[in-house]
Amino acid sequence: MISSNSKVILEVRNLSASVAGIEILKGINLTVRSGEVHAIMGPNGSGKSTFSKVLAGHPGYTVTGGEVLFEGQNLLELPPEERARNGVFLAFQYPIEIPGVSNSAFLRLTYNTQQAHRGGEELDPLEFNDFIQEKCKIVEMDPSFLDRSVNEGFSGGEKKRNEILQMAVLDPRLAILDETDSGLDIDALRIVASGVNKLMTPDNAVIMVTHYQRLLNYITPDFVHVMRRGRIIKTGGKELALELETRGYDWVDDEHQSAADAHGRASAAGPEHAGAEADAHGSASAAGAGRAGAASV
Amino acid sequence: MKAPDVRDEYLASLAPDTNPLAGPGPDWLNALRAEAAACVNSLPYPTTHDEEWRFTDFGLLRKTAFASAAADISPEVSLADIAPFVLPESEKSRLVFVNGIYAPHLSVCAGLPQGVVMSNLAAGLSSHDAVIRAHLAQQLDFHNEAFAALNTSHIRDGALVLIAKDTACPAPIHLLFIATGATANTPQASYPRCLVIAEAGSTCALIEDYVCLSPGVYFTDAVSEITIGENASVEHTRLQRESHSAFHMAYGVAALARGSNYVAHNIAFGARISRHDLRITQNGEAAQCTLNGLALISGRQIADTHTVMDHAKPNGQSTQLHKCIADGGAHAVFNGKIFVRKDAQHTNAAQQSRNLLLSNKARIDTKPQLEIFADDVKCAHGATVSQLETEEMFYLNSRGLTTLTARNLLIYAFAEEIVDRIPVPSLIKQLSKTLSEQILEHT
Repeated sequence: MISSNSKVILEVRNLSASVAGIEILKGINLTVRSGEVHAIMGPNGSGKSTFSKVLAGHPGYTVTGGEVLFEGQNLLELPPEERARNGVFLAFQYPIEIPGVSNSAFLRLTYNTQQAHRGGEELDPLEFNDFIQEKCKIVEMDPSFLDRSVNEGFSGGEKKRNEILQMAVLDPRLAILDETDSGLDIDALRIVASGVNKLMTPDNAVIMVTHYQRLLNYITPDFVHVMRRGRIIKTGGKELALELETRGYDWVDDEHQSAADAHGRASAAGPEHAGAEADAHGSASAAGAGRAGAASV
Repeated sequence: MKAPDVRDEYLASLAPDTNPLAGPGPDWLNALRAEAAACVNSLPYPTTHDEEWRFTDFGLLRKTAFASAAADISPEVSLADIAPFVLPESEKSRLVFVNGIYAPHLSVCAGLPQGVVMSNLAAGLSSHDAVIRAHLAQQLDFHNEAFAALNTSHIRDGALVLIAKDTACPAPIHLLFIATGATANTPQASYPRCLVIAEAGSTCALIEDYVCLSPGVYFTDAVSEITIGENASVEHTRLQRESHSAFHMAYGVAALARGSNYVAHNIAFGARISRHDLRITQNGEAAQCTLNGLALISGRQIADTHTVMDHAKPNGQSTQLHKCIADGGAHAVFNGKIFVRKDAQHTNAAQQSRNLLLSNKARIDTKPQLEIFADDVKCAHGATVSQLETEEMFYLNSRGLTTLTARNLLIYAFAEEIVDRIPVPSLIKQLSKTLSEQILEHT
């Protein structure tokens, strides 16, 4: 499915971002081509969710540097709704509940909004009903959920399935799944993962943000990136995830630290210092190589 | 020199150009009117210095000169005029009042089962004098509430609904109160009155609807009294969709007998300044009450709702959810009192006040009050005031919806939760449309 000739969907160059004046992302580089599945892993607080939200355009985060090209277009200058209409989809870790709005009405509203944007055909409620019944099968969702208010009273697993149902309806070019595995039991995990697999085509791509290997047992990543302190510090294939599962994250950090030291920087020890040094290294190498740490260069 | 008394100002403003005592009807009714008129002339009128009125300044009202609507100056209103408010479910069970005066040509009561009486009060007096006399103004505290006294002193006509023992009224009863705005450029004051008696074991759905045909300044001073017999059940939807320049003052009282059930949906969209005082008393054991409320206002509107849920007997239940949405420079007020009397053991009462502020200048004051004198009860209350949340907006934006669409969807959803509970489908549809329009108008 993947070839070096695949079209680049997402190009992230030296992206940094802050929230409430605190810098969280400190120079992210990532290239995603069509047909690829990328997993971004890392411990809590490493900036994974921030990265997802920055890509989707969350207003609470300020991009302080770098650029993001989505199919060649500057993504950062677009408001979140235009990013979505252009084909960026974020599956939320904590989807919100909208009491009073039925799931089917909401799905139809978003579908028709996107169709209008793409010049496609909008569907009336009857046509949409047929369309959505098919999509429900992808995530094994009981159609009775369509009559319920959006996410209201849904279990964790149902909410995540509903997110993937929205993904199925909106047919994005790039889907970012923010900890879609959290709060799922093993059956729900299998259903959600199988849904994502069914939606994968050679023309789209997925970025999965996750803590654990277990989701990757069901969705095989082409690339695994380890994120730490706001930067991707290691990239590998699917076997890297297995290694992380057995060895944890610290060894990656140590390895990265050694590389930074070898780069000729001061070798003052201590985790706090290590972070600061890694930053210096990151920006230096980014300035030089442009896409250090990029996945598929 | 003494500053002009607030009462004098009100009396000057609302000075009836017709003598309220000269109304038709039996002696006991004339005596009641006279008693109320005495209260009108002696009771203090509320100002913002009164704790119960501190947020609702009716000052503007007493600066306007009103004429009392009288039958002979009631303007011609046609069926076509009221078409937008007609409910198919109540096509044969509708009483219409224009500026508080009964309009027989717009009203229909046909095919109702024996045991259901719906008529205007004046006509009802000839056939049901005793039952009217036994209930009219009996629950209402007009000796202490000036506007209730004012209404009572003006009783000329009104809506009468009687549901006999063990009778189920098959269609919702639509009581439509139409304001025509100013007549001959004079702001009108009208005094609508409803008397509803649901005898033991009966059931009915009631829609009390205040609408206007044209925008303008006018004053509605309404009183509704509902008596619910043992094991009877009444579902009461009250809509206040007056002109945005109008004043609306309303008292509602409901008395619940043993095992009875009262469900109320109170919706307020209209009026420049509105106030709704609602008092429900559980006079019998194991009575149940559900109160849903919604105020959606903008501009310089004020909507004040004061409710009293009085649990006087054991094993009663009450559930209340009141929502206010305020945009622009609007001001919504909710004051919800729950009393659990000494005898009312095993009462289960829950009240929620949830509020949405849409602009920096809008204001919402909410005050839940619980007074419990019994020791074995379950009572809960909660109040929240919030703005649209960034996370909610972002979620919808991330699905491709514009900020405006997302905002409207969230406001609509917040309001719809209450509207959806109304038991009349065509009314839900009508109100949902109004909601959408009103929300769009605000943006």
